Amino acid sequence: MDKELLIPTSFADDRVDGVDKVTGKATYAAEHQLANMVYAVFVCSTIAKGSIKNMILADAKRAAGVLDIIYYANCPAVPGYNPYAKDPNKKGYEWRGLKVFNDNKVYSNGQPIAMVIADTMERAVHAASLVKAEYVKEESDTDFENAKADEKKLKKPGEYKRGDTDAYKKGEVSLEEEYTIPSETHNPMELHATIAAWDGDDKLTVYDKSQGPKGTQRELAQCFGLDEKNVRVVVEYVGGAFGSGLRSWPHVPAAVIAAKKVKRPVKLIVTREQMFTTVGYRPHAWQKIGISAGKDGKLTGITHHAVSITSRYEDFGEGIVNVSQFLYDCPNVNTSYRLLPLDVNTPTWMRGPGPATGCFALESALDELSYKLNIDPIELRVINHAVLHPISKLPWSTKFLKECYVLGKEKIGWQNRPTVPGSVTEDGMLVGYGMAGGVFGAGRGQASAKGILKADGTLTLQSAVSDMGPGTSTAMVTMGAQFMELPANKISFELGDTDLPNGPTQGGSGTTSAIGTAINVVCTALKQTLKEMAIANVPAFANLKPEALKYEQGIISVTDNVSINISYTDILKAANKPEIEVVKDSGRATAEAQKYAMNSFSVHFVKLHVHPVTGVIKLKQIVSAADAGKIISENTARSQMVGGAVGGIGMALTEEVNIDNRYGRYTNANFGDYHVPVNADAPPMDVVFVNKADIIISPTGAKGIGEIALVGVAPAIANAVYNATGKRIRNLPITPDKLI
Amino acid sequence: MINFDYIRTSTAKAAVEAKAKSASSQFIAGGTNLVDLMKKGVTSPEKLIDINSLPLKQITADAKGVLIGALALNSEVAENAIIKTKYPLLAQAINAGASAQLRNMATVGGNMMQRTRCSYFYDITMPCNKREPGSGCGALQGQNRMHAVFGTSEKCIAVHPSDMCVALAALDATVHITGAKGDRKILFTDFHRLPGDTPELDNNLSTGPGGQKGELITGIHIPANSFTKFHYLKIRDRSSYAFALVSVAVALEISGNTITNAKLAMGGVAHKPWRLSAVEKFVTGKTATKETFAAAANMAMEGAAGFGQNNFKIKMGKAAVAEALLQASQKI
Ligand SMILES: Cc1cc2nc3c(=O)[nH]c(=O)nc-3n(C[C@H](O)[C@H](O)[C@H](O)COP(=O)(O)OP(=O)(O)OC[C@H]3O[C@@H](n4cnc5c(N)ncnc54)[C@H](O)[C@@H]3O)c2cc1C
Repeated sequence: MDKELLIPTSFADDRVDGVDKVTGKATYAAEHQLANMVYAVFVCSTIAKGSIKNMILADAKRAAGVLDIIYYANCPAVPGYNPYAKDPNKKGYEWRGLKVFNDNKVYSNGQPIAMVIADTMERAVHAASLVKAEYVKEESDTDFENAKADEKKLKKPGEYKRGDTDAYKKGEVSLEEEYTIPSETHNPMELHATIAAWDGDDKLTVYDKSQGPKGTQRELAQCFGLDEKNVRVVVEYVGGAFGSGLRSWPHVPAAVIAAKKVKRPVKLIVTREQMFTTVGYRPHAWQKIGISAGKDGKLTGITHHAVSITSRYEDFGEGIVNVSQFLYDCPNVNTSYRLLPLDVNTPTWMRGPGPATGCFALESALDELSYKLNIDPIELRVINHAVLHPISKLPWSTKFLKECYVLGKEKIGWQNRPTVPGSVTEDGMLVGYGMAGGVFGAGRGQASAKGILKADGTLTLQSAVSDMGPGTSTAMVTMGAQFMELPANKISFELGDTDLPNGPTQGGSGTTSAIGTAINVVCTALKQTLKEMAIANVPAFANLKPEALKYEQGIISVTDNVSINISYTDILKAANKPEIEVVKDSGRATAEAQKYAMNSFSVHFVKLHVHPVTGVIKLKQIVSAADAGKIISENTARSQMVGGAVGGIGMALTEEVNIDNRYGRYTNANFGDYHVPVNADAPPMDVVFVNKADIIISPTGAKGIGEIALVGVAPAIANAVYNATGKRIRNLPITPDKLI
Repeated sequence: MINFDYIRTSTAKAAVEAKAKSASSQFIAGGTNLVDLMKKGVTSPEKLIDINSLPLKQITADAKGVLIGALALNSEVAENAIIKTKYPLLAQAINAGASAQLRNMATVGGNMMQRTRCSYFYDITMPCNKREPGSGCGALQGQNRMHAVFGTSEKCIAVHPSDMCVALAALDATVHITGAKGDRKILFTDFHRLPGDTPELDNNLSTGPGGQKGELITGIHIPANSFTKFHYLKIRDRSSYAFALVSVAVALEISGNTITNAKLAMGGVAHKPWRLSAVEKFVTGKTATKETFAAAANMAMEGAAGFGQNNFKIKMGKAAVAEALLQASQKI
């Protein structure tokens, strides 16, 4: 087992990149300016299914500043699109997802079908509006409600069973209900954008909004048949992503194609409207839960079925029903999950992917069951607390879920919760309290980091990760300062460039533990190097063994005689070296770790008011209690939790894409009509961390925060709405019309 | 770029003359609606006539009422001392609309003239009789959750999206208009139109009896009143920066517990701010009780008809009218 690292539990640190971000100094993907750069703008389909008969380009071609218009008929060959054209039996890499401009097929409304390249952004936008397509239309199907009933249309990615099937049907106290969530878009503030610049035929530089520079590098190298080292991807800052940056969407290869064709650097910015149709979304899902318990509250059966949508050209599924398999101790569980391909673009992971959707159903059902049993919903969860992971039967590396109940319950004032729904008012408003749990996998990914210790006393740490907002840079500086025992202002963290040592893709709440561990290994190596350098270059240390020396706060001294000492900067000077450099890997989790199940846990508590007549909901307070391991940076960890809770408010109350099934087209693809929560929707929010290290996962002690911040918020709100009104809303979002 | 001319005018006369000359020209005030529509390709005026330097920003009161210049900003009106004390219903309605940033740009005239937010109107690939007469109404059998339940036609079921206008309709305001050949006035409740067979016409500016080409709104007059009890209730999908699902403006005079005077209008339910004259008559002389309000609410929604997704507005409308009356009656 790794040893726990000493990291202060509370660090009143500001974000290291905060000033740059709020003063506009931070450069996001679309803001880079390259010499000789031109602009590409997508033209998107206006039908949901069919093929393009003819592109009408004359007006666009004549428009001022237009350099080229690329579409399926004139698109240069992309090696990764059809790699097996010659030998269909060969298996290997093939571009996954929409092969933009590869053929004349239309798979969804809003699919990019052409790209206009012009000398200015404005001219490209205008010329794009002049491109028209003639289609051979086919009947499209985007109607989830209708199609999901047809078993023939469903693909079967998975079944799970332990104990008896549908045991809930024989349970003492049971219920069976259906739940739906609409598709939700990530829509981070920063638009997706890619700048591509070729250097000759085999070298490519790309500025991209990506959660994983290395991942993008790999995808592009394979797609365009390039050497990985010849593809440089730069992601200096990311203005939010929530999962939309976990893979490369059509605009990424499109920018590369455009740059190749016009032989100039090309910038392609996805418009807000196109953000709805080209970069993924949380899939529309239907779920059915059957659940039962004995009168004592012990769960006797859970059956959980789910169907979620995907595109016709790609299967995307996520672990929606998995939460029912392991969150609580229950002898009889069976689950099924199906995909429903429709004429839509491909969905993808969105914050808390899988569990966010699954927990809405499971945690709503559990709440409903608690009323039937007349057992407090927290108590019901405690009764069914799983000590061993119900599938693997392994203990958890750490599990402080019960502590979360206690911390949150106290903070929200759970004792004030009406036991009879709709029975308490405050200022004429119905009062409701609700809670629900969240969970996500934890683990230690692999990462490398480089440390450059300079004679001027500074330490630069590097890894090719990106920071989409959680505060990765801040956390790494915090850890670097701790590991090297130096003031934080001497440490900097560089990221977002594939020229740096290999970093993981930022997703699944694993960045901090992966890179943090690599940085720890780097710092240990630097200290060792300093000792060796002192012995080799400083007469007072000559002939000593490194083990006889110690490192403390930048000073190397002889353990037995601390009056013989030298600072690290003087060692570098004595060795006549401007800097020393080490690159190290985090290493894999230890063999010991195989003996445990690993998860982060959260429990969200909500107090709200519902207007008894108009159905308007006013959130009063949210308390999020989390078992996320050791908290590395209190500020950024708290921000993560609060941001996740706001995402959960959107999921519960406001967010929903609307689609007109006659056209398969979104009708609210803009920020005016697609309602992300505003400040006025967010109540005072408290975050409480158990803050206990999990050193089985990694020596940083951290588990992960990003996902559990959101998972469980929506059901906690829905449960509070029930507590206030007696109305159980099982289809999100809970808009006022559902409560009148 | 779609090129267009841009001129800045400093007198109402010059503005209306310029507009009358070019059929496809448009006035631009705050630009918060017009610029969006231009970007979406919904409208492509050949010429923009900037009216922001016209001397129409004043808010002046006398014994007869208050005159608000057409170029007064939404935020200025809502913050104005006269409006806040004598016409607080208007201030409340304005503040319920859009966002602080938008209200700082939006003008009174622009607010009245803002176009519907119907998705089919905004998306030029979709059918819409208002944008392209004869192309059909996309909303009729489509996404119509936000749409009208009163005064609709086969051609159009869009709503007028303004909050401010609901209060003005309730307060018996009059619209002051100038044209190349002179001035005229229209009752606020006669200013906006129902869609009928001509949904492309939102209002009676430059049309109808007395209408002239290129007319400009110069101001709004609200007659003095002695309402002490008022409420603007807006039900929407998020706490701010969302259009009304349903809204209600109420102004009441109550003597003892008897309603002696009442004004009511609704928003989010029709192609124009929906004045509830029959309800006003019904409640006048009645005691201010929940029963009265419930009966009034039922009456308010008589004749309402939904199109599927917006059916809830009938129930919500009742709830909103009853609640707004109650809130107003309880104002101290
Ligand atoms: C995202 C969003 C949310 C919003 N939410 C709300 C809301 O909740 N409630 C609400 O009420 N409003 C809302 N609004 C609309 C906002 O109130 C209007 O955009 C604004 O009032 C328009 O005023 P303006 O001065 O900017 O008009 P402009 O955009 O300049 O003009 C609009 C139209 O009015 C015409 N016009 C302007 N002045 C005159 C005049 N004096 N005489 C004749 N014609 C004139 C113009 O020619 C143009 O056709 C919202 C807007 C946006 C973008």
